[in-house]
Amino acid sequence: MANEISDTPSAEATSVDSSDLIISIKEMHKWFDDFHVLKDINLDVRRGERIVICGPSGSGKSTLIRCINRLEQHQKGTIIVDGTELTQDLKNIEIIRSEVGMVFQQFNLFPHLTVLENVALAPIWVRKMPRAEAEENAMKYLERVKIPEQASKYPGQLSGGQQQRVAIARSLCMSPRIMLFDEPTSALDPEMIKEVLDVMIELAESGMTMLVVTHEMGFATAVAHRVIFMDGGEIIEENTPQEFFTNPEHDRTKLFLSQILHH
Amino acid sequence: MKDNSSQASNPLTRLWRNQESRGVIIQIITITLLFAIIALIGRNVVINLAALDKEFSFTFLTWPAAYDIGFSPFLEYTSQSTHLKAAAVGLLNTLLVAITGCIFASILGFTLGILRLSKNWLVNRIAYTFVEFMRNVPVLIHILAIYSLIITLMPPVKKALDLGGGQFFISNRGFYMPSPVFEPGAWMVGVAMIVAILSVFLFRRWAKKVQDNTGKIYPVFWISIGIIFGLTGIVFIAAGMPLSWDVPALKGFNFKGGMAIKPEFLALWLALSYYTACFIAEIVRAGILAVSHGQTEASKALGLRNNRVLQLVVIPQALRIIIPPLSSQYLNLTKNSSLAIAIGYMDITATLGGISLMQTGKEMETMILVMGVYLLISLCISGYMNWFNRRIKLTER
Repeated sequence: MANEISDTPSAEATSVDSSDLIISIKEMHKWFDDFHVLKDINLDVRRGERIVICGPSGSGKSTLIRCINRLEQHQKGTIIVDGTELTQDLKNIEIIRSEVGMVFQQFNLFPHLTVLENVALAPIWVRKMPRAEAEENAMKYLERVKIPEQASKYPGQLSGGQQQRVAIARSLCMSPRIMLFDEPTSALDPEMIKEVLDVMIELAESGMTMLVVTHEMGFATAVAHRVIFMDGGEIIEENTPQEFFTNPEHDRTKLFLSQILHH
Repeated sequence: MKDNSSQASNPLTRLWRNQESRGVIIQIITITLLFAIIALIGRNVVINLAALDKEFSFTFLTWPAAYDIGFSPFLEYTSQSTHLKAAAVGLLNTLLVAITGCIFASILGFTLGILRLSKNWLVNRIAYTFVEFMRNVPVLIHILAIYSLIITLMPPVKKALDLGGGQFFISNRGFYMPSPVFEPGAWMVGVAMIVAILSVFLFRRWAKKVQDNTGKIYPVFWISIGIIFGLTGIVFIAAGMPLSWDVPALKGFNFKGGMAIKPEFLALWLALSYYTACFIAEIVRAGILAVSHGQTEASKALGLRNNRVLQLVVIPQALRIIIPPLSSQYLNLTKNSSLAIAIGYMDITATLGGISLMQTGKEMETMILVMGVYLLISLCISGYMNWFNRRIKLTER
């Protein structure tokens, strides 16, 4: 499956039309107190583009994608998501959050709700959907991530891989235009990584705009249009996956790649 | 080689080596010893009571108590009443301070606990200082301090402070305020209030159904408040406002009419409430902090607003952590109310376990009764809290 779509990434060739931009980050800085965690970030993402962000731990990659749905607040520069600028305006934040889905490393399912209730919660309370419709919709997404039979169980009864797939279904249920993935497979046992990546690859095939923080280089090669390498709060290098892995330009990139590929 | 130890010939040794039979033997020995000790104590009591020429009986409860109780808001009590009635007054006073104390302590405790989590530096520090100071001073000191503050700082009755319009007075004998007098037709207002509360229940069920069916979300909380106050208010006005106030007035040496809150009750109630509230604040804070930050982030990423995040995700999980230690704080408050005896608030310890004991010399009987009463109250509280805990404790796996 991975090979079938590996020829589709050809984003470099298509022209950059500004109306086609779904995320536009300009000269963005962020500090945690005195620590300058993101330095002069400039990033444009086109509709339907899939970007993998990698880099050593502490390089600011998670913080970057968490700024996009305002789980972290940037202090300088602009972030425009689908035409809405992220400011202190609570209404804007609300609009952006309901359009941007996020999947976390630790799944963060609600332990007091069943799988079905987890998935249907936001459509009921944010989209004001009737319960029957929300649950029907939730079942549809649970089928899409291939665990409809677990609908009435609690998250604690599921394996890590199953929990992460529920978390993906929970985000998709809000019909987001952008999906953010924050190291979605890092907390999983090796044998469960594939089932989650399969779901993500399928999602990529459907044309979803995706920003994925991950070290799964196979996934990056198969799915990403662009790979971004971050270190020390800066974007060091960005390129197509083929170029990035076979022909890295920067020394820090080479060092990083040698570290993650040599074990 | 000789046959190994599992083949012991002596049947007693074999019984002792067997795990199951050894357990039974130990239990029999323990129970025998326990009953022997109880019998020994019982025999001692009987012999000693006989030597003192006392008999074990509860008939003293029907004797006239021959002492006054200054604070009996529920029962008609004079010094001619029986010891039983004095005990009943004491029990009601204990229940009064325990129930009102638990309610006030909960409100104050939840508020303080949430303030402790505030990101505002000043609010956070004030709540922190209050909690740390109050819970690290013994509750008896708090009771005595507040009581002496009221007694020494407040003016005597003759010079009572008038807090507005000659209706509210403060003196060292208590706080005086107008008491409501219900006139004919007041029952309609009462009925209206009950109807309003019932209709709120119905409205909530209806609103949930509407949400399930159509997705529409009503501001349930505000509409409920509106129903209760609106309906009751309309009926109150329609019935010609059947309520007047009995205003306290200084006559001779004391106030006549109105309601009085005695300094003993006030000191005990305040001290027990804020002392316990500080422990509740810490429990609430710990409960909310125990819900991982990831839960809040995941809900926000889904587009839920802050109040919904609390209502749907954080509070349901925090309550399960809060309820069990909260019930032991309610038990503490109730049992600590026996410190009333230090300032002369006539609770069950001060009446039955205090003056009645002194006057009748029935130490055994009164102490058994007092202990039984506290035990019963405590069992009721923990029974209720266990029921509540089971109700909110949802399965996780």
